[in-house]
Amino acid sequence: MLIKRTERQARRGTLAAALPCQGEDGLDRRGFLRRSGLLAGGLAALGALPLGSMRKAKAGPPPPAGAQVTIRKNICTHCSVGCTVVAEVANGVWIGQEPGWDSPINRGSHCAKGASVRELVHGDRRLKYPMKLVNGQWTRLSWDQAIDEIGAKLLAIREKSGPDSVYWLGSAKFSNEGSYLCRKFAAFWGTNNVDHQARICHSTTVAGVANTWGYGAMTNSYNDIRNSKTIMVMGGNPAEAHPVSLQHLLEGKELNRANWISVDPRMTRTAAHATEYVRVRPGTHIPTIYGMLWHIFQNGWEDKEFIRQRVYGMDEVRKEVEKWTPDEVERVTGLPEAQVKRVAEIFAKQRPSTLIWAMGQTQFTVGTANVRASCILLLATGNVGNFGTGANIFRGHCNVQGATDLGLDIVTLPLYYGLVEGAWKHWCRVWEVDYDWMLSRFDSKQIMETSGIPSTRWFDATMLPKDQVAQKDNLKAMLVLGHGGNTITRMPQAAKGIEQLELLVVGDPHPTTWAVLGERKNDTYLLPICTQFETSGSRTASNRSLQWGEQIVKPIFESKDDYQTMYLLAKRLGLADLMFKNIKVEGDRPVPEDILREINRGGWSTGYCGQSPERLKLHMANQKDFDLVTLRAKDGPAKGDYYGLPWPCWGTPELKHPGTHTLYNTNLNVMDGGSTFRARFGVEREVKLPDGTARKDNLLAEGSYSLDSEIKDGYPEFTYGVLKKLGWDKDLTPAEKAVIERIGGNNPDTVSWAIDLSGGIQRVAMEHGCIHYGNGKARANAWNLPDPIPVHREPIYTPRPDLVAKYPTRPDAKEFRVPNTGFTVQKTAVEKGIAKQFPLILTSGRLVEYEGGGEETRSNKWLAELQQDMFIEINPADAAERGIKDGGWVFVWGPEMESGKATRMKALVTERVGKGVTWCPFHFAGWFQTVDQRGKYPQGCDPIVLGESVNTITTYGFDPVTGMQEPKATLCQVKAA
Amino acid sequence: MARMKFLCDADRCIECNACVTACKNEHEVPWGINRRRVVTINDGKPGERSVTMACMHCTDAPCAAVCPVNCFYTTADAVVLHSKDLCIGCGYCFYACPFGAPQYPKVGNFGSRGKMDKCTYCSGGPEPDGSLAEFEKYGTNRLAEGKLPLCAEMCSTKSLLAGDGEIIAQIYKERVVKRGYGSGAWGWKTAYRETIAS
Repeated sequence: MLIKRTERQARRGTLAAALPCQGEDGLDRRGFLRRSGLLAGGLAALGALPLGSMRKAKAGPPPPAGAQVTIRKNICTHCSVGCTVVAEVANGVWIGQEPGWDSPINRGSHCAKGASVRELVHGDRRLKYPMKLVNGQWTRLSWDQAIDEIGAKLLAIREKSGPDSVYWLGSAKFSNEGSYLCRKFAAFWGTNNVDHQARICHSTTVAGVANTWGYGAMTNSYNDIRNSKTIMVMGGNPAEAHPVSLQHLLEGKELNRANWISVDPRMTRTAAHATEYVRVRPGTHIPTIYGMLWHIFQNGWEDKEFIRQRVYGMDEVRKEVEKWTPDEVERVTGLPEAQVKRVAEIFAKQRPSTLIWAMGQTQFTVGTANVRASCILLLATGNVGNFGTGANIFRGHCNVQGATDLGLDIVTLPLYYGLVEGAWKHWCRVWEVDYDWMLSRFDSKQIMETSGIPSTRWFDATMLPKDQVAQKDNLKAMLVLGHGGNTITRMPQAAKGIEQLELLVVGDPHPTTWAVLGERKNDTYLLPICTQFETSGSRTASNRSLQWGEQIVKPIFESKDDYQTMYLLAKRLGLADLMFKNIKVEGDRPVPEDILREINRGGWSTGYCGQSPERLKLHMANQKDFDLVTLRAKDGPAKGDYYGLPWPCWGTPELKHPGTHTLYNTNLNVMDGGSTFRARFGVEREVKLPDGTARKDNLLAEGSYSLDSEIKDGYPEFTYGVLKKLGWDKDLTPAEKAVIERIGGNNPDTVSWAIDLSGGIQRVAMEHGCIHYGNGKARANAWNLPDPIPVHREPIYTPRPDLVAKYPTRPDAKEFRVPNTGFTVQKTAVEKGIAKQFPLILTSGRLVEYEGGGEETRSNKWLAELQQDMFIEINPADAAERGIKDGGWVFVWGPEMESGKATRMKALVTERVGKGVTWCPFHFAGWFQTVDQRGKYPQGCDPIVLGESVNTITTYGFDPVTGMQEPKATLCQVKAA
Repeated sequence: MARMKFLCDADRCIECNACVTACKNEHEVPWGINRRRVVTINDGKPGERSVTMACMHCTDAPCAAVCPVNCFYTTADAVVLHSKDLCIGCGYCFYACPFGAPQYPKVGNFGSRGKMDKCTYCSGGPEPDGSLAEFEKYGTNRLAEGKLPLCAEMCSTKSLLAGDGEIIAQIYKERVVKRGYGSGAWGWKTAYRETIAS
């Protein structure tokens, strides 16, 4: 057993010997892993266990006599479903977890991770106090000293290399308030090099979906899937990644006798419950969708009226789709015509249909185009903006939606205002700081308005020649607050890049992979940050509902929460007074309620303005009143609200907008959460025709509008000027008018709904039944993107070099301050015959027991016991060719690894993957190219389970729109070890 | 009197292991002891099904029939419990049990076994309800507090049902009728020669 650190020596070396050869006796994946782990552990742990058969209670129940047991509610810190965690606390110790029956989202349920979260705050593997590397040795230091030294080094780097040489890598595990604070911090520091996990999970979704119809988020909710007649899961495995969502899917399937189509390279645990499973080749999403659309257009199954009223540019899609005849689809994807036709007919005819996806669409060089194709399929079949329909995009982390919304992102300030001057001025008004002062924090106005470096490229930005990084200097410092180091592709390069850093600060409950990656000797700090269970704040689930979590126990050991850490650092850098001007600070801890109020005061663009902390707490206290399907409170003090005030929740909190359960739903009044597609892309578009003339296309909706709208047609975004033209400005209060005029200065007519700090424009527009962001068409043609109509492009490392000539990746370009040489890499790979040397496709994904980079969950003994080894799934045919036995050790290596290097993991021989395809979970770390790095972790903080990272094998490739990596389709070779 | 039962709706089980960790969490079960586990049949193939397994609290429990020291007893709620004070760790019950429920801690070298541990249906053992002694030997006693086993209460898809046999049978029957394609249970096809529409 791997509980004790002293067993490390025994485990190393003996593990392989201890494992008897596994027969191919059809054991399942977990059975095999568990058995092998137990056997190895059993031998390794000889004599290490205490004698006696009785377990001793540590902190557990029953509570001591006379102790008061209190119940506290928080939200699970793992995936994005947002399950309520109910904690029993006695004497400051979390003694038990109870089901949170009242939550309409999880109704008491959890998955393996949620059912084990109590361990996170007892975990003896947590980072206990601040540490730094001194000549390669981890050394304890005090918080004061740590902050002081980090602050001094940051200022020195800033002096020498400018503010852009410091990278602020935040986290989807922050609360909304923490995310916002981190983004604000980066702004005050003077850089846009601020990012978080959304870059590597759904950045392409956000970009692609927002460019289609306005906002880049899940359109409906987990609960609403109960209304669907056809559920298509394409590029997602929610049974493992979002298990509690399956409660809604499975019940929906049963109640409606719904169709459930699973499209995936693996016969996943989700596919096991599907009515139809479609096995595709990784990286052929667009041909699959176009193959379906070919049949839909051919047979006239599209929703013509919906397209006429609410969609722009579908005719251009038709032209592209015409190229994807059944023969060509089969040639590229391997899918037979009959199956594609059947699936297309079901999706188009048996409505409402929803399309569900996760990273199986996003993590590609064509990620943005992939999700755009999915949106186009929904638009063509009229499956958006109604119950049971929509793009149900399952986000990954507990607050990745919120952290994205709050601008932990290289391309925007909080809430998608972008980086243009108007955006900076808006936020300077909210923060009550002088715009010119803010400008002075940056190297230049130009760099202030330029997107930062994506997290996928941080190590390139440390190592590339200085003249190839479009900022003053290379990256010199990384502040990593709650982000794994093994989730980004090309780890061998990262291991080199990390050595170039002059400063590395890791703030996390665990040391993470960053602590062991590369060979650093000094200038590396670990700060113990507590989990969200040890602090309070709101988080946004995938369905855009905000839930307030209360502190369950005080931060354990010497850990501090994110707010406190950022405050201390801001104070050291001399920014605290300005940053916390309107935020109350208790001791060293900024009050999250005040931070949320500041978000409310500036969050007009995305409807983060109505969710005051008071309203959120009211919802948490009255969860029982909310309906399971509609998410609306039928009774109680929050009557009429949707659960968690899913954004957009317009206007001031006093307006009592109920939130928006289903986006773009014209069947509801705007004050009941109804809306239209956002008129974000103008009123008209001028298209130059071949004969030299121009045509003007209408971008506003035609004859479609939300219920009770006073304008019975499309309309543009509202500004003060528009209100005046309509004569509705008289409905503004004098106070609202005063605010608008103050913002507008000489030209108040241009003040829009998004920068009106009074909320008056929103209020008045909605009083007239109109949505202030306008009533536009969704765009099938997104002319501002590199591929306005999605085009199939082969992965950089494709198994089909014969297709590269016809479907090449995009040309090399400079993107996000660094070069993207994907085209050259793809061309070289084809010329070198890489596909022959590396004949197996490698794709990656999640296990139910672990999350993200996995440090936290691999340190949790209840979860670690269930998955003790890194493994690769390989088809029996491929295994037989290589003499690989189920459960045996194998070497796996990829085309970008140095020659002679490989990773070592176990083989799981299974028909779950097709021939020619392999699959690895991405949660493992701590072994690097066969070397066990356990000794490099600070003593006592090493995760229980270590293993090779799949990202040691994954390769080059970046989406041109967002810098997304491509771990879902690359190549590898496997041999028996 | 109620007869407490577990029922796993195989059409709903997704092998998320919530039941397994909920049990670990509630009773602080040590590494290596699994009072509950999930078994998957046809893993990775069409027709894959998972079922969560623990002590089934049999009416005529084979473990009790073979126990040489008679440490088993059945409570008024029809839960099969045992006394760790009487148990000698012989392992007969492990051979007798069709479900692999009995677990043994390793207590020393040469594979010597400790006293048997198994699912208690969250209802402790012979010691007074809610006492520290009961918790140390058997884990918490939720039944005494009027709560059902945590594994079932936390099941992600409401697949694992626990409670009075008649009530959970009723819930299950309603589901089967709604689905309209048999129970979806593994073995249905063999038993009734019906095709499961997956």
